[in-house]
Amino acid sequence: MAVVENLPSATQERPIGFGRLKRKEDARFIRGQGTYLDDIRLPGMVHGAILRSPYAHARIVSIDTSRALEHPGVAAVITAKDLETLGLAWMPTISYDTQAVLAGDKVRFQGQEVAFVIATDEYIARDALQLIDVEYEPLPAVVNARKALDPDAPLIRDDKDGQTDNLASPLWEAGDEDATNRAFAEADTIVERDIIYPRCHPAPLETCGMIADFNPKTGQLDIYNGNQAPNAHRTVYAHVAGLAEHMIRIKCNDIGGGFGNKVPVYPGYVCAIAGSIVAGVPVKWIEDRTENLVSTGFARDYIMHAEMCARDGKITGLRVDVIADHGAFDSTAQPTKFPAGFFHICCGSYDLEAAHVKVKAVYTNKAPGGVAYRCSFRITEAVYLVERMVGALALEMDADPIELRMRSFIKPEQFPYETTTGWTYDSGDYAKTMKVAMEIAGYEDLRREQAEKRERGELMGIGVSFFTEGVGAGPRKHMDILGLAMNDGADLRVHPSGKAMISISAQTQGQGHETTFAQIVAEELGIPPEDVQVRHGDTDRTPFGLGTYGSRSTPVSGGAAAVVSRKVRDKARLIASTMLETRPEDLAWEKGRWYVKGDPSQGAAIGEIARYAYSGDPMPEGLEGGLDAQVIYDPPNLTYPYGAYIAVVDIDPETAQVRVRRFIAVDDCGVRINPMIVDGQIHGGLAEGIGIALMEVISFDAEGNCLNSSFMDYLIPTALECPDFELGETVTPCPHHPLGAKGVGESPNVGSPPAIVNAVIDALHDTHGVKHIDMPCTPARVWAAMQGRPEPPQ
Amino acid sequence: MQLEININGEPVSRDVEPRQLLVHYIRDTPGLTGTHWGCDTSNCGACVVLMDGKPVKSCTILAAMAEGHEIRTVESLERDGQLDPVQQGFHEMHALHCGFCTPGMLMTSRALLDENPNPTEEEIRMAISGGICRCTGYKNIVAAVQWAAQHQSAPSPAPPTPQEV
Repeated sequence: MAVVENLPSATQERPIGFGRLKRKEDARFIRGQGTYLDDIRLPGMVHGAILRSPYAHARIVSIDTSRALEHPGVAAVITAKDLETLGLAWMPTISYDTQAVLAGDKVRFQGQEVAFVIATDEYIARDALQLIDVEYEPLPAVVNARKALDPDAPLIRDDKDGQTDNLASPLWEAGDEDATNRAFAEADTIVERDIIYPRCHPAPLETCGMIADFNPKTGQLDIYNGNQAPNAHRTVYAHVAGLAEHMIRIKCNDIGGGFGNKVPVYPGYVCAIAGSIVAGVPVKWIEDRTENLVSTGFARDYIMHAEMCARDGKITGLRVDVIADHGAFDSTAQPTKFPAGFFHICCGSYDLEAAHVKVKAVYTNKAPGGVAYRCSFRITEAVYLVERMVGALALEMDADPIELRMRSFIKPEQFPYETTTGWTYDSGDYAKTMKVAMEIAGYEDLRREQAEKRERGELMGIGVSFFTEGVGAGPRKHMDILGLAMNDGADLRVHPSGKAMISISAQTQGQGHETTFAQIVAEELGIPPEDVQVRHGDTDRTPFGLGTYGSRSTPVSGGAAAVVSRKVRDKARLIASTMLETRPEDLAWEKGRWYVKGDPSQGAAIGEIARYAYSGDPMPEGLEGGLDAQVIYDPPNLTYPYGAYIAVVDIDPETAQVRVRRFIAVDDCGVRINPMIVDGQIHGGLAEGIGIALMEVISFDAEGNCLNSSFMDYLIPTALECPDFELGETVTPCPHHPLGAKGVGESPNVGSPPAIVNAVIDALHDTHGVKHIDMPCTPARVWAAMQGRPEPPQ
Repeated sequence: MQLEININGEPVSRDVEPRQLLVHYIRDTPGLTGTHWGCDTSNCGACVVLMDGKPVKSCTILAAMAEGHEIRTVESLERDGQLDPVQQGFHEMHALHCGFCTPGMLMTSRALLDENPNPTEEEIRMAISGGICRCTGYKNIVAAVQWAAQHQSAPSPAPPTPQEV
């Protein structure tokens, strides 16, 4: 089905800047000329490989590297002991915890880094791993997060002074407990569910890796590493390795997907740096797929207990108690003051009387992480919870799930809306967006079709979700990571010929920044986007900023790009006033040109102004020559995109296989800079949502062995599992963003899993009495639910 | 062992270990890093090349097994400054984001269209289902292959100019 254009696009009348511009970066990618990490070969470069723990929890008795060192081609073998002498044995995580770079005392999860081999090629490096003898004394493992705080649970983090249990961070609360109790006391309907958002993995197609090139003569460290926040990483390496920050340069080049997985600093990176310092030559380390799945940043793993209540047909309250499984080291990604991320946005899109949220994080013998897999800091978990609970409430009340939502939505006139857990939603017209989705779906017809199919014994489900996200972290007074405010810089230079270069800190991993940011400058300066080059991914040549994740590129760096362009435009006005011998206030702007009010023939275009600015002609009093500017953008608030999603599933009654037949996604992300790229982001996130809902899970056996350590077991949707997505849009501009734009990249991943799971339950509720199922809805789990059996554990 | 493999019409000889994978042999050839590696287990398809015109996963073939065969990689698609219609289609329809799966998807699509110039949507989805794209949700890849099918014989419009990273 075709893309549905519900509104005249906000961009159609603006050909110079915004619109469906085809991407600049495609030119190299379609020719196989991208420069991904493994494509870089430096002179004298050697290769690293990591020996990993086979046990989830074990004491290391001894490590003997002598046989590996004798292996031809091996240059060095590094263990925790060697790192201790360099002061690199432990590294800080982004959550103020510490993580072993190489395990010395104990291994705490299967796949943990134990030794690092450097050799002349990667085959030899991996051969040598087999020759390292490690003696382990296995310990009982904590696998089930619910049992992590049992008094007899083995202590995982005995390395931490004063740690006597497996609590990873103190109990964290949001909302008003008393008011919530009152809302429940006054309710006429209450539902209660245990809901698991299972551990899954972003699994970008390019795995993580690094080339570290330390020059012992100059002390300069050049790092090649595809990561989502190069400037912040530079600061972390300066801190970890004790190197001067101005002597560290990080280049990202092209990145084969990130989705949150390339936000953290991993032990392998520190090993590559240590290896280059020790060996004095560039060291390349690239993990294989198994290493990526078993050791790098997983996502979710929230075990949630929730109650939701309603009165007079309207949702009134929500109570949530969460156990967060953070794995063996607490390296979850979130702003400092938000230990459970933005999970307390779980009051969703509804005008609740009260909500109360409690989150407790525990250590387990599993890989560390808790990164946001295409998600703004736990909002995916929050949206899944609230939308599953609304689905449960609708079933309990025998209400149509859309009607219940419509009755409970925050109304357009209530914005800006203060939620009961402390968020200030900026704008919205939720009912309008929901109606567009119903229209595209043909909701009434679908319900009729479902009734007919039910008569024939066919299982069809229609699932709904409506999400509100808070993206674009964030205001410096509230949000920092490791003490670094979540603000982004932008530098804009207009060259004498009128061509421009903008340098940004946001780091694309496929989002099309080279096109979108050129369009922003083009829109603001009235020059063609082809005349704007976007520079990114090189800490020596870009301003400071916190990178790309949490859908923050457009909200924060996009704001910076707009503001810096306007600064240049303002300077151009002053210069034009000298050129045209008039006062600045007598000039008016039209796209690309300042002209004299009342005499439009008298004007100067940006190109002419630029040429003048660099010429020997006199500048306005007190103004420096040249045409450039820089800013640090501090967003006043998050942006709050939202959307209405409807999934239609068919379930095979014989095999319990779920097929997503249709998926309707209507997103409101404010003004769309490049609607083609926005649609593309939504398609991609929906595919990931289908994966999470039906296929993707990282699970463990009782000993802590990871059961999904390759793409044979960690199943990612192919073209056969994805339907032809049907998109629609509404446009409610963000009132505080310079362009009226909101973030969007994560919305489809956030919004789609609850729609699909609600559809599965919708298909099975009337015929099989199914009221709840946990993801992923694999045939085995769905079959068990259909038989009324407990689901297989995960 | 000494090997000679024909890659993109050129003989490439090298002394390699018998265990070397074809993907590494190709990538070690100067200028041919367009063929990517993504998974080890033959699931992701980032390493797809054509062997005698058929798509194969070069991470699951030893270089030695390719001796005497003709290998085509993504670098061979553009000829005399003319993009292959599948390349143009991917650009026109926004069928790539990060670009990492793109070479494999392009070669798979090329092989499909060589065999079946007018595939249905279902046939396209089946053909590319040996590959994983984490970014696009496949919708635009399907559209790109359809675009290429419709523009097979027509000369491609001028290709976009490559830009520096």
